[in-house]
Amino acid sequence: MRYPSNIPSSEITPKDVYLSRRDFIKASGLVAGSMALAACAPDAPATEIAAAPTSSATDELGDLVNSYEDITNYNNYYEFTTDKQGVAGLAKDFTTAPWTVEVGGLVQNPKTFGIEDLLKLFPVEERIYRLRCVEAWSMVIPWNGFPLASLLEAVAPTSDAKYVRFESVYRPQEMPGQDSPFYPWPYQEGLRLDEAMNDLTLLATGLYGEMTLPQNGAPLRLVVPWKYGFKSIKSIVKIELVAEQPKTLWSEIQSNEYGFYANVNPAVNHPRWSQASERRIGELTRRPTLPFNGYAEQVAGLYKDMDLSVYF
Amino acid sequence: MKKYTPLQIIVHLYAWSALALLIWDAFSGRLSPNPIQDFEQRTGRHAVTLLVLSLACTPMHTFFRWSEPLKRRRALGLYALMYASIHVLIFVDLDYGLAWSLIAQTVFEKPYILVGALSFLLMIPLGVTSFDVWKIRLKKTWKRIHQTVYFIAPLVILHFAWSKKGALFSLQGDVLRPFLYALVLALLLLARTPLKKIVRRTNSPAD
Repeated sequence: MRYPSNIPSSEITPKDVYLSRRDFIKASGLVAGSMALAACAPDAPATEIAAAPTSSATDELGDLVNSYEDITNYNNYYEFTTDKQGVAGLAKDFTTAPWTVEVGGLVQNPKTFGIEDLLKLFPVEERIYRLRCVEAWSMVIPWNGFPLASLLEAVAPTSDAKYVRFESVYRPQEMPGQDSPFYPWPYQEGLRLDEAMNDLTLLATGLYGEMTLPQNGAPLRLVVPWKYGFKSIKSIVKIELVAEQPKTLWSEIQSNEYGFYANVNPAVNHPRWSQASERRIGELTRRPTLPFNGYAEQVAGLYKDMDLSVYF
Repeated sequence: MKKYTPLQIIVHLYAWSALALLIWDAFSGRLSPNPIQDFEQRTGRHAVTLLVLSLACTPMHTFFRWSEPLKRRRALGLYALMYASIHVLIFVDLDYGLAWSLIAQTVFEKPYILVGALSFLLMIPLGVTSFDVWKIRLKKTWKRIHQTVYFIAPLVILHFAWSKKGALFSLQGDVLRPFLYALVLALLLLARTPLKKIVRRTNSPAD
């Protein structure tokens, strides 16, 4: 396991917090590393989790994580519905097992992984990340997952690989929103290879120490915390290394509003929303939006020679 | 006791119950985790709906010889303005906390807010002059003032469509609802053009 040297010490979870988290894990009978067991009991009561000490954890800027209730009931997941509160209900019977992810394209070892293979191969860690939606609201979310870089290293991209393309599941019989002719389904997204290899870029399998629920993109989703939320594609079935910049769903719909990069940037406005400020869910006043969503120290270097008002 | 007609009751009941429901939802914690946005979206949607309904009154009379909606037109228009006012108040106060420089920046940088603000300002004179005294006093000017609604209503729909993620004109993204409103509005406006005479002649030869 490699650790980047530039993570500020403030980002490291304080000992008392993770110790109390461990107590909780013991207490609730969820032995660490038994994620696969948790998968067998996807109906475990949510209330138990919401009461976890995780709910008193903060991000590295000192802001409290959002409640499990809010994170699992306010979702942008247009494959189900455009109604954020309607997603949880429509997604509750969504089949997430068995699930495989095909990793291929310009790689030396193309392979199709089952979710359980990924959980065995890559150690799951907790990452508390801010999520900034392009609609100008935000949350702090305690994800569980592993760096995308570990998976990419396992399949060994060739030297021609410049970008990573992601594709969501297409299953209209279970996802009523996919019947809508207004979107070029399936959802697809992309990252430049160096963005994909950045340690912040996470493949999330869990939330609040439990398996992710379907409304949050189970069983496998991307989390790119310095980009607007729509980059963090949900329910991934395909990861492909490619030479050309891949198409993305929202830039296909409206390329002048949703760029490929979509870095959180208060200086570059979405034509229809203010990106200068945001509302943190659970707060009543607006707060200023931070460049790269507060992760500039780790990622600004990726774009040092680029005009971010052109590559928005 | 004054007798109320069913249509009259429906209009007033809709306008007040929608507001009551919003307040009830707010106090009983039924709003989403982003309650300010819920307030904005729900008051906005009621304003658009009421405005479109007010524009349906005249065609009801033109095509179906049903004259009662003409008497409800003013109430519908005023309720639309009421919801638009609440919508704007929530935006400047609850959402932006009366931070006027931030509000000004938002209004001028975002076409959809600009269009919304413009349509709200244009609606105010209509509300103010909606009473009989003004109708009598302003004579022909009154009609001209109130005909600006044909310009305001499309602006309101544009504001609605642009507030969604998607592209109205290429029909991509989350634009189904604004598109349906636009379609209904287009028909209602078309019903006021010379086309109405042709339709009426073919529809009701006995007329």
